[in-house]
Amino acid sequence: MASTRPFLRRRSAVPGFSLTFGFTLAWLALIVLIPIATIFLKSAGMGWAEFVKVGFSDRALAAYRLSFGTAAAAGAVNAVAGLLVAWVLVRYDFPGKRVIGALVDLPFALPTAVAGIALTALYAPSGWIGQFLDPLGIKVAFTPVGIVIALVFIGLPFVVRSVEPVLADLGKEVEEAAATLGATRPQVFGRIIFPAIAPALLTGFALAFARGVGEYGSVIFISGNMPGRTEIAPLLIVTQLEQYAYAGATAIATVMMVAAFAILLAINVIQAASRARYGA
Amino acid sequence: MSPASRSARRVARLSTNEGPLARGMLIGLALAFLAFFLLLPLVAVFSEALKEGWGMFVAAIDTPDALSAIKLTLLIAAISVPLNVVFGVAASWAITKFSFPGKSILITLIDLPLSVSPVVSGLIFVLLFGAHGYLGPWLAANDVKIIFAVPGIVLATVFITFPFVARELIPLMMEQGRTDEEAALSLGASGWQTFWHVTLPNIRWGLLYGVLLCNARAMGEFGAVSVVSGHIRGETNTMPLHVEILYNEYEFVGAFAVASLLACLALVTLLAKTILEWRFEVRGGNRH
Repeated sequence: MASTRPFLRRRSAVPGFSLTFGFTLAWLALIVLIPIATIFLKSAGMGWAEFVKVGFSDRALAAYRLSFGTAAAAGAVNAVAGLLVAWVLVRYDFPGKRVIGALVDLPFALPTAVAGIALTALYAPSGWIGQFLDPLGIKVAFTPVGIVIALVFIGLPFVVRSVEPVLADLGKEVEEAAATLGATRPQVFGRIIFPAIAPALLTGFALAFARGVGEYGSVIFISGNMPGRTEIAPLLIVTQLEQYAYAGATAIATVMMVAAFAILLAINVIQAASRARYGA
Repeated sequence: MSPASRSARRVARLSTNEGPLARGMLIGLALAFLAFFLLLPLVAVFSEALKEGWGMFVAAIDTPDALSAIKLTLLIAAISVPLNVVFGVAASWAITKFSFPGKSILITLIDLPLSVSPVVSGLIFVLLFGAHGYLGPWLAANDVKIIFAVPGIVLATVFITFPFVARELIPLMMEQGRTDEEAALSLGASGWQTFWHVTLPNIRWGLLYGVLLCNARAMGEFGAVSVVSGHIRGETNTMPLHVEILYNEYEFVGAFAVASLLACLALVTLLAKTILEWRFEVRGGNRH
């Protein structure tokens, strides 16, 4: 088919380009692109005034603030904890390391609803941990703090798995050179190690943040779902749908989708910039 | 060795390695965090499920609604995982064996479902196929049910798990190049023979790895499926949705019993994944 598609330069002797490329594009369009386009089409059809009215209502704004705020807080916690876990896994040896390394992926493998009810069982006022916090006046479940805890659970592997390979590839020669020249350990970390892993850490944060903004299953059980206070944006979409408020659901989903694409773009820019700088 | 160089080496060692105390503290801190945030929820699932004994656990699972949810979940995975395997292999073949413009855009588009909220992933299919959707009236006229029925759940699941196989295979096949295939072809093998006898054996562990992750997500997906399913007991209730229903009805033992089955699935997935990584050095893209 190369002759009929001159712009597709095929220099491969391997067959099957038309078949696999055609199938890939068709299936991608059918399952992903057309359905995603629907939501923008529907939004465009409702007119700007209506879109702003339902997409940026007070209730929607409160939901965005909560979703983005808790996702950012959880991302920040994970940036610190994930770096620590990645550091320990890459640099040190200790018994059970392989099991711990596998455990880090648990949030990827455990269905979100299961995580949601488990965390609620722990942090509800009568729960395993909640019963000790409740007398101290600390409420976790059914408050934004509970949402942050659920998102910390969900987001941790994104940071660990982003930082781990970069940390492992980091040669010790530069650290040794700096140390021989009299740098202290904190100086070596701050001036040599941290700048090298910063792009990966930022990527991990952005991935965890993006996942947290859209997360639903693990959050709805622990959040309490009070409109305006602990109602996350994905839940508001579901509520609107259940009330047959399709315009509201669509507008809020469009805002979320645009935000998700912006984060995706930011991640790509970070990675391109770090490739340009460190050439990997 | 002169005292000066010995002290320089000592400084170097001290500054490239933490002392035993700092090292122990960092390990302890990391392990405490993991135990608290990852291990404890997992323990809670099993402990709550078995709180009233093994008999109650079995009774909670041996109900018609729970069994039909288990069957539906297995059915959904049995349809959507093979679809994504075919797509993943075809996409990786096109992307890694040929050069064409726009390749990186194609890869980004394949990854797109990863950055869409599960709830929004369900919503887009409601807007297409639902009663008020673009194709809704036509589907109703022809008596085809997609939303609040099994096809809708399959569609949402395929969307959610779309990139899982492809993103494991693309880096692997990129690294392997196409010299093996070219050798087979020059020796007279047909395209299909080359694929079955050369490519497939080369990628089988990576493929298995992708299938594992894809399957775990397909069986565990909650948000997207919740939007399209309609929660009809015995008909469109998957295991994660059944967990939610039981939990909201305060049937905690039942909810945690079904949840513990899903947790076992997660543990088996992690175990198989670890064995694969360890024995066959499959390198996962591994960010979802």
